Amino acid sequence: MSEINKSEIAISVKDLHKTFKLPHEQHSGIKQLLVNRLKGAKGYENQHVLKNINFEIKKGEFFGIVGRNGSGKSTLLKILAGIYTPDKGGVDINGSLTPFIELGVGFNPELTGRENVFLNGALLGFSRKEVESMYDSIVEFAELEKFMDQKLKNYSSGMQVRLAFSVAIRANSDILILDEVLAVGDAAFQAKCYDYFEELKRNKKTVVLVTHDMSAVERFCNRAILLSEGSLLVDGRPSIVAAKYTIHNYKSTVKDIYKKNNDKEGVVKFSIVNNKTILKYGEDIKINLDWKNLKNVKNVGVAIYKNTGEYIYGTNTIIDKVDLTNEEKITYNLKLNIGNGNYHFRFGFFGNTDQEIIQFVENGPTFSINDHTIAWGGLTELDHQWVTRNV
Amino acid sequence: MKLKNIFSKRNRSLLRELVITDFKLRYQGSILGYAWSILKPLFLFAIMYVVFGLMIKIGSVEHYAVYLLLGIVLWTFFSEATNQGMNSIVARGDLLRKINFPKYIIVLSTTISALINLCLNLMIVIILMLLNGVEFHFSATMLPIYILEIYILALGLAFYLSALSVKYRDTSHIWEIIMQAAFYATPIIYPLAIVAEKSNTLAQLLLLNPVTQAVQDARYSFITKESLTIHGMSDDIFFTMVPFLITILIFFGGTYYFKKNSKYFAERI
Repeated sequence: MSEINKSEIAISVKDLHKTFKLPHEQHSGIKQLLVNRLKGAKGYENQHVLKNINFEIKKGEFFGIVGRNGSGKSTLLKILAGIYTPDKGGVDINGSLTPFIELGVGFNPELTGRENVFLNGALLGFSRKEVESMYDSIVEFAELEKFMDQKLKNYSSGMQVRLAFSVAIRANSDILILDEVLAVGDAAFQAKCYDYFEELKRNKKTVVLVTHDMSAVERFCNRAILLSEGSLLVDGRPSIVAAKYTIHNYKSTVKDIYKKNNDKEGVVKFSIVNNKTILKYGEDIKINLDWKNLKNVKNVGVAIYKNTGEYIYGTNTIIDKVDLTNEEKITYNLKLNIGNGNYHFRFGFFGNTDQEIIQFVENGPTFSINDHTIAWGGLTELDHQWVTRNV
Repeated sequence: MKLKNIFSKRNRSLLRELVITDFKLRYQGSILGYAWSILKPLFLFAIMYVVFGLMIKIGSVEHYAVYLLLGIVLWTFFSEATNQGMNSIVARGDLLRKINFPKYIIVLSTTISALINLCLNLMIVIILMLLNGVEFHFSATMLPIYILEIYILALGLAFYLSALSVKYRDTSHIWEIIMQAAFYATPIIYPLAIVAEKSNTLAQLLLLNPVTQAVQDARYSFITKESLTIHGMSDDIFFTMVPFLITILIFFGGTYYFKKNSKYFAERI
């Protein structure tokens, strides 16, 4: 990205730093101020949330920001949206910008659907006339014709989201900032969201998307960045960023487990052999499990969950008749006959019965199945055949 | 806070929606609804009139009932605008954390709601005036100027107090106490003449308070020439300018403090 014409840049972030002052006590009051002054204490701690962030987003780019919880991505988003002010460095925005930190900002349960549309519309920068002219299509898209004169508190949460989304997609700014909008709603709503993203992409809008969903990043984004503990770790193609995210996620979970068990209890260590975390359908995955100082482990269980929550498969050493006496190291080998998506392992270390839990690892290593040759849908491929019957 | 921005199309429509929302939500779920915004000062007036007009007979002024009502209505406006303005930023914290828009619009919208209430209340004052047989003077047309003065003072205070509340939540409690003291330090229920009888200087000092000066002037122009005004009490041009200077000073001070702090509201609330 050497010589780019200035006018092609939509957002430019330079040398961005942000620190939050975290008060020691929850109460913010004059008493606290006086007490702290007398003690000579600062009364707060500095938390460096963003450290020296630099990147540029070109016009028409679909830009992803990914990172774990607490990596600073929401703070970055709020700075881009102008909600927070950076301590150092700056953000240059070229064009009009609408942020969607949340759908339905300003929605009030005591107002009717209609009144909320006008309020929300005004917050998104529409004049009353503009809202009036698109009111019918908003209502139609939300499929709420009969409910617009009812108070919002009588809407189901699905109806509220539909109404909010229906207003939101009218935003006609040059730049749109979307935060986890995908996280709400059912499958049908997600499909609508995806259609909207496709439309934004077709219309060459500049979009900044913050999400945990790597499949969305890979599907829509032209470019993405990965944040970790306030620093920019990777800036590049979505597939690379998604892969790094998965690996990074898994590494930090390993660290967590160590910390948790460091003092007196046992240590559990697990790793995916060769660090191969992005796999194709039918490939093998190998996991090394090591444990120390866990008393009386008689049974080790391994389960696979899809990150969306579905339980895929699980078994343990008793079912599979593996003798664990005097063992503290074991390798688990698995053929992954499962469809595209993000998955993670869970491990359990048990005594003689399932009830006797010695150690449980909820967030084991993560991996993705990313196979473009898969055409079928669902969790796994089942044996099947088609028989045509000519009458 | 550029003037151009205040009146940009986007900000105007946002201001309008917020005022409408504020008004709709204020008496949400109550049977009498908007009537409460008239009934509340009316009851305060009734109580004060019974106690100070009929029992203690403090009000020796001509048309004391109207005189008292106008005072109460103006005071209620001042108190509402500062109180609601002060709490508006903290109350709208959820909004500030999710979308960026000029923060002053929030304070402006609540003070405008108070202004609308004042207009409703003034209608009651006019009705009582007619019932009481108060003559209409041409000077009554000056009333909007005094209201504007109180509004600018209240807006300046609301800016300052709302920004301060974000830092220290004690602000609203302290302000409540100050307002209670100020209610009696301002000649709302008692005629200023009572003070002037005891000490001319004290009456003059009280008149330096912009609210006192505006209320007395409003009464003078609207109801009775018996109302003591700052011009009636002093010939010194500079002295008579002091309340206006205080108002302007508070307005610009409050606006400056608000502007300086407003960019950190979202993270501090």
